[in-house]
Amino acid sequence: MTEVLFLADFSVIKPDPGLVFWTGLIFILVWFFLGRMAFRPIQNALKQREQDIQSSLDEARKARQEMANLKAENEELLKQAQEERVKILREAKEAKDTIIGEAKEKAKLEANKIVENAKAEIENQRMAATIDLKNQIGLLSIEIAEKVLRGQLADKPGQEKFVNSLVDEIKLS
Amino acid sequence: MKVEFKKLFLLVFVLAFGWGMLLAQDHGQAQKNSGTETEQHDEPGAEAGHDDHEGGEYDPVSTVMGHIADANQFHVWKGVHIPLPVFLYAPEHGWTTGLSSMFEHGHTAVDGYVLNHHGRVNRIADPSFPKGEVHIDEIVHKAEMVGEKEKDVYYAVYEGREYQLDPPSTIDGGFLGGGITSFYDFSITKNVFTIMLAAVLLILLFSAVARGYKKNIHQAPSGVQSFMEVFFVFIRDEVTKPMIGEKHYERFQPFIMTLFFFILFCNLLGLIPFFPGSANVTGNLAVTMALAVITFFVVNFNGKKDYWEHIFWMPGIPAWVKIILTPVEILSLFIKPFSLMIRLFANISAGHIIILSLIGLVFLFGENGQSIGGAAGGAVVGGLFTAFMNLIELLVAFLQAFIFAILTASYIGAAVEEHHHDEAHEGAH
Repeated sequence: MTEVLFLADFSVIKPDPGLVFWTGLIFILVWFFLGRMAFRPIQNALKQREQDIQSSLDEARKARQEMANLKAENEELLKQAQEERVKILREAKEAKDTIIGEAKEKAKLEANKIVENAKAEIENQRMAATIDLKNQIGLLSIEIAEKVLRGQLADKPGQEKFVNSLVDEIKLS
Repeated sequence: MKVEFKKLFLLVFVLAFGWGMLLAQDHGQAQKNSGTETEQHDEPGAEAGHDDHEGGEYDPVSTVMGHIADANQFHVWKGVHIPLPVFLYAPEHGWTTGLSSMFEHGHTAVDGYVLNHHGRVNRIADPSFPKGEVHIDEIVHKAEMVGEKEKDVYYAVYEGREYQLDPPSTIDGGFLGGGITSFYDFSITKNVFTIMLAAVLLILLFSAVARGYKKNIHQAPSGVQSFMEVFFVFIRDEVTKPMIGEKHYERFQPFIMTLFFFILFCNLLGLIPFFPGSANVTGNLAVTMALAVITFFVVNFNGKKDYWEHIFWMPGIPAWVKIILTPVEILSLFIKPFSLMIRLFANISAGHIIILSLIGLVFLFGENGQSIGGAAGGAVVGGLFTAFMNLIELLVAFLQAFIFAILTASYIGAAVEEHHHDEAHEGAH
């Protein structure tokens, strides 16, 4: 009897059309209601959010890229500026050196010129002095010679001796 | 410390089990000698389950079957029932509606309808039975030979005469002991009530979640929204997207989600052992049948040309194989939803039966309250096993909902797939 009871009472295996109807009806209602009110909006919201996140990430990456580019550019600029500075400094130094060199050269030349002028002047002066001295000495010698001659030529033998020496000199030359 | 606790636990368990078995055997012997005459005429004025009444022999199978069955009232505890609306249709009589409380637990017949011991509406088909509200003396149960088989037949006793009771029609075609009878029961039964409850809970829950998405645009999810989003994203990324494919999955996401959560909530409500729960909804073949039929229509209404071609005239194979394959493919159209129906039904029903059987150990070992020691032993063993089984059933509740959803998704995926195979076949030509 238990076996029969089992089969007779195992009612869950005997599908009741009422339960099939209600299950189907409620399921379809829940499906349409939730689909319309919840699942579609959730799906769209999730998709929207995923897109938002993706675009934000993309933007962040782009910004980072730009930042990196900017930084690289800045560094390039800085480097260029530094190079420029070094170049300018070097040029300035060169210019300074040239100017100083030129100035020195010029000064030297000027100095030389001045010295030369001075030397020439001195030479001139010295020449003038020498000439003057020569002239003086000439004059003095003439005077001395005059005086000597006068002394020697005061007597007759002297005059003759002298004339003879002159004659000898002439002969010799 | 931990090991000692384990040993103690095991000792208590074994002792309790052995004790309960011993006591049960003792009383079982005594009971067998005196319990034979109770079979013929039992359960006078009984309520929903056999374990409710005193004096009668405890019949675990009948109790379990009574508990997993559908009913027209919600049994809360001994003698307390929540009445549910009844909508009954008899072809020759028309509609009868009302609340199940109008039957006064089997003591009153309304238009020939009575409530049987399991809280289910039956009908007296005999046209000589008076219409309107009539007091009936009792409902008796007999085992009769119908053709070859022995069958349980219930009678309502009215003015000394016995009237045979018809159970509600079922659509098993008589294969499973049911069949079309004199009336149809479209009532809000215990199962329908639970399905409605699950539907309301689902709608409340997901309305709150959807509100969260409206409120938190361009913001991180919060509260229940973030909790449920995990499920939504899981179903989308692990079930619909891989099974149905990038192109079509969005159309079916609501359906798969509804399937998963509908089944899950019905499963979980079935695991709650008291009032709003306890109904064996997804362990009823009618419920899984409805879901399987809907799945069948959703799958086949979305079948593309390729899908039908693969069923009726599989491309790329010899003609004689096609002749064998086509009937197999056509059969598989129906076997797929059929397997969904049976799998869910069997898993959930089995879980309920196991838990109820384990609880039944208390009454079995306790010999209907005659053996307090046996009942205590049964309570320890049954309690521990039930706690364990409940955990497994919790897993099964999620697992079966998931399996139903993922298989449905894979069937839909096969139906909407396009040109995938053709290219391979053309390559082979």
